[in-house]
Amino acid sequence: MITATLGEKKAHARRRRAWLVSWMQVGPMAAVLLLLFALPTLLFLVVSFFDYDRVGIYPAFILDNYRDLLTTPATWRIYLSTMRFAVMAWAITLVLGFYIALFLVFHIRSAKTRMILFMACAVPFWTSGIIRTIAWIPFLGRNGAFNTILMKMHLTDRPLEFLLFSDFSVMVTYIHLYTLLMMAPIANSMAKIDKNLIEAARDCGASRFQIVRHIIIPLSRTGIALGSILVFTQVIGDYFVVKRMSGGQSASIVSALSTEIQAMQYPPAAASAVVLVIFVGILVAGIMRVVDVRQELAR
Amino acid sequence: MDLRYDVELISVTKRYEDSIAVDAISLRIPKSSYCCLLGPSGCGKTSTLRMIAGHEEISEGDVLIAGQNVTDLPSIKRGTAMMFQNYALFPHLTCIDNVAFSMQVRGVAKTVRRARALEFLDLVQMADFAERLPAQLSGGQQQRVALARALVVEPKVLLLDEPLSALDPFLRIKVREELKRLQRDLAITFIHVTHSQDEAMALADQMVVMEGGHIRQSGSPRELFERPASGFVARFIGGHNLFSTDRGEVAVRADRCSLADEGGTPAQVIAVEYQGTSVRVALKTERGLDAFAVLPDQVFFAAPVEPGTYRHLVWSRGDEHTLADTFQPR
Repeated sequence: MITATLGEKKAHARRRRAWLVSWMQVGPMAAVLLLLFALPTLLFLVVSFFDYDRVGIYPAFILDNYRDLLTTPATWRIYLSTMRFAVMAWAITLVLGFYIALFLVFHIRSAKTRMILFMACAVPFWTSGIIRTIAWIPFLGRNGAFNTILMKMHLTDRPLEFLLFSDFSVMVTYIHLYTLLMMAPIANSMAKIDKNLIEAARDCGASRFQIVRHIIIPLSRTGIALGSILVFTQVIGDYFVVKRMSGGQSASIVSALSTEIQAMQYPPAAASAVVLVIFVGILVAGIMRVVDVRQELAR
Repeated sequence: MDLRYDVELISVTKRYEDSIAVDAISLRIPKSSYCCLLGPSGCGKTSTLRMIAGHEEISEGDVLIAGQNVTDLPSIKRGTAMMFQNYALFPHLTCIDNVAFSMQVRGVAKTVRRARALEFLDLVQMADFAERLPAQLSGGQQQRVALARALVVEPKVLLLDEPLSALDPFLRIKVREELKRLQRDLAITFIHVTHSQDEAMALADQMVVMEGGHIRQSGSPRELFERPASGFVARFIGGHNLFSTDRGEVAVRADRCSLADEGGTPAQVIAVEYQGTSVRVALKTERGLDAFAVLPDQVFFAAPVEPGTYRHLVWSRGDEHTLADTFQPR
């Protein structure tokens, strides 16, 4: 009898300890997510229904903020312009990122060389994105390095104007900033592909191109999906690059939102934030539907 | 052009930056035969196989397949097909698409290639699993699919890299029989890399023992077992005792040795293993050399010995086989 109760007590204590350990493992991350993500989201969700005027905001439950936002042609224009940038940046970083990853993983044989080249890709990211963005200005400017080189080489007699403060300079910056975000997950997926599969495909008579198309692309699609999510969300959430590199000619969803915040119009800003979150959510869900990203993360 | 041989290696060398994996080996493999490359790990047997397959660049020498020099040809043009050690099935393709892959890349129409792939899945008794993904199959089933994928290109030579090493012992013997049957039915040459002498003995028409990038001996299993060329070969294929006598270094089959009260070599019994039809007695001789005797069960139980006791290991001089190289005790 006594031993049985002792055993029960021990089992009970063991269960409690296991429960505690689980919570200690999950706890910190959960706390960060709750405090810094869930709570603010909830907050601006609530505020988005509030009423406001020039002097303050008033608790209420009105849909005016959403109605105003969704019926203004400017909103649709901005979403369209941002999506145009996002799709272009996505397509270009995808091609670049895929081929750089392919080169690094399958064509570089020495592990040391591969490491050095990976570092060469990653080292620029040790400085801030803002600095790397601004660094393009003296390069692409009217009297910048690139125009000077072109003129010295007599390739053009007048400086090219479209290089800076244009859609072009915005795209150049996006590609520079985000290609690594695309490349890294793809390279990660590719590194997990068994090299024997490539040999087996070659044994079956597949050409290089067929190996890429039939073996490597299907097997790195989770990396492609992860990279796509990263690039899309970065461009859609961008505010600094568009503002700085377009010379104020283009706006983004977030830059419009920040204008409202600067004007202390919190409820409409909150409403456009909610719409943006939903928009990005749908986009990511769409990508996840095509490719099961969790499968990749679990491996 | 010599069509008696399916594969000929002419002083083939594989050199890596700072080492030689295969050192100028020459080998002829007769038409439609089963050849086993046997050796300890790092002996160059896998490099040799991969050079025949075209997956490893040949540093020097030539590889001929059915009389044609294929040294600079890609795998598919050589008439070889390889079955990889871990099977290397494409994980995102179903069994039938795996088998049809070589036809897909050649541009064969979908219905045609699927029909043909199904025939080959049927050959390895995997037709019922055509629409499964490799991850849904057991190791043995995956292997059959890999075999079908290799055979569908109708190779002159099938290359198998340790095909049985991942299987459990029961399945290993079963698959072994099937491989041999398949080789005979298809009448093509199989080259099978293994480190197991049992496997090589059971399968091979031609058994090639390699060590340190060299071929130490090549011949039928019986030739190798009865007349091992060197101490290394005798030790590696097993079943032999090596003795240093005044007649030179000799190998004596363990089943030709017996235990007696006097004469021969005095030795202490170390272990006794009952193996059903026979009993294996491990001994240590006075000079500290390991030896063993395999005794028929009736002979052993007529005069059983206990570990720790001293006996004399005896054999008749007619069973001695003189070895070429110097025997170094280990």
